Amino acid sequence: MSLLQATGVRKAFGGVVALEGCSISVEAGSLTGLIGPNGSGKTTLFNVMTGYESVDAGDVVFAGQRITNATPDRVFQLGIGRTFQLTRIFPRLTVLENMHVAAQRQGLAALFGRWSSSKEHARALELLDFVGLTKLSDVPARNLSYGQKKLLEFAYVLVAEPSVILLDEPAGGVNPTMIRYLTERIRALNERGVTFLMVEHNMEFVMGLCDRVVVMNHGVTIADGDPESVRSDPRVLEAYLGA
Amino acid sequence: MRVWRAVVLIALLALAALFPVLFPNPAVDTVAVLTLLFASAVTAWNAFSGYSGYISIGHAAYFGIGSYAVAIMCQDWHVPGGWLPFLLLPLAGLIAVVFAIPMGWVALRTRRHTFVIVTIAMFFIMQLMAFNLRSVTNGSRGMSLPIPVNWGGAFYDIPFYYVGLAVLLLALTVSWWIRNSKYGLGLLAIRDDEDRARGLGVRTGPFKLTAFVIAAFFFGMVGGLHAYYVESIFPPFAFDPLIDLMVALMAFLGGLGTLAGPVLGAVILVPAQQYFTIWFGKPGYYLMIYGAMFLAIILLLPQGIIPALRARFMRSEALAGPLRRGGDEAMGGAALAGDGEGEGGGGV
Repeated sequence: MSLLQATGVRKAFGGVVALEGCSISVEAGSLTGLIGPNGSGKTTLFNVMTGYESVDAGDVVFAGQRITNATPDRVFQLGIGRTFQLTRIFPRLTVLENMHVAAQRQGLAALFGRWSSSKEHARALELLDFVGLTKLSDVPARNLSYGQKKLLEFAYVLVAEPSVILLDEPAGGVNPTMIRYLTERIRALNERGVTFLMVEHNMEFVMGLCDRVVVMNHGVTIADGDPESVRSDPRVLEAYLGA
Repeated sequence: MRVWRAVVLIALLALAALFPVLFPNPAVDTVAVLTLLFASAVTAWNAFSGYSGYISIGHAAYFGIGSYAVAIMCQDWHVPGGWLPFLLLPLAGLIAVVFAIPMGWVALRTRRHTFVIVTIAMFFIMQLMAFNLRSVTNGSRGMSLPIPVNWGGAFYDIPFYYVGLAVLLLALTVSWWIRNSKYGLGLLAIRDDEDRARGLGVRTGPFKLTAFVIAAFFFGMVGGLHAYYVESIFPPFAFDPLIDLMVALMAFLGGLGTLAGPVLGAVILVPAQQYFTIWFGKPGYYLMIYGAMFLAIILLLPQGIIPALRARFMRSEALAGPLRRGGDEAMGGAALAGDGEGEGGGGV
């Protein structure tokens, strides 16, 4: 069953067409990789699916609900979390405060309450423990290392218990130990039913982790299948090597 | 630590409550009233600009609107001098809110420097309206407010002092509540990375506008109180761009985004302004000193007094013994190297 789907999406920035009739379907419970040469439109597709960019044409559907051109806060509340290629955390807030920003509350009255309810606090600590940042919970987030920031961004996206998480280059600029650690965490979450769609240039990481790989080039998806078949697909080789 | 904080807080409150008794000199009390008015305005301004990072150089527009609101209400309803005009202050605040909602909604579509410019432009539009809508504002001839005839001599400042203190305490309570609420955490997240906050479910538009409007409410009340205190108002003084600059300077000096910083800034700069005015024998010369001070603050204390003191205090505590925070030594050190601006507000 398809949980998150984009059909015929077109997005142009002035004269530059980033997406041209692009379609992708992410199965519930899958670990889907999204690869393609630089400038092929992967991040734009992420932005379109998470409400950061509006589309010129096409549709985005999540769990049977049309979310085309919804705002980012709405998309997140519906259950799609994402991380950014250039990790974006709140530098002047502490690690724990960062975690609480994403905690969702219903109703206006809840906003009047303190920023950390005991339930949210417990959940935040549990997730910090999950990514191994417990000791740093009172540290301003700007003082974390690059890899720790990636883990923090990953952890606070989990606070709202999204059903799909879009990761934009989770392994970029991260050391091999951290990559193995991240792989484990992603697998553990996937076993609990969380669906992942990730953009990544590290082929080893994608091929080892994902059960399905989608390839983009020039704003469209050109191949789609299990890692082995995609690896040997002549269109993919052509896109990467320009042969 | 917690006990000391409570003791200092109670001592400061007692000092504030007894100030006119301890210093019955009217000249001193006049400065005290002006200090309270500015402290209230800066505290409210900081609850918007300090927390959200949107620096408004136009909230004096709501000060002016509050001034005229009280003057017009007193004139039209024939309110006599005395305690009654004070009851109009919340109404003046609400009238400022009515203006602030559409103005804020438009201004908040922009960010950073553009936002600053838009707020300045809106301020001058309001000032021009005060000059030109003669049927409402009486134009450049200004308006008079009722004079409390029974409050002669040294007593005159006393009611204004205590009403000003009440407004300040209310502003501080609101600022404290925002800083400790889920809502305030959202504002701080907006300050750090607005788009990322949106992507985590923070409804940034309503969040920013609410804070903008809360600050306008207090500017309206303070403007109304100030108008009643000085007894007559004129467009260039009710809508005074210097108020915006003073407010921003006070917040930056004390510590932008902290709870106590704005009050500290007002307590230092309002008496300083009065002193310089007397010292130079001409009003307005103090602006040169202010310009120099502003440069000095940006160069030497870019985060303001409170964060600088906090950083120093925490550093010495870290050297003295084991860290309060459970983390390991090296990590704690890294944390303390930061400026602590984000965790402002908790301290007094």
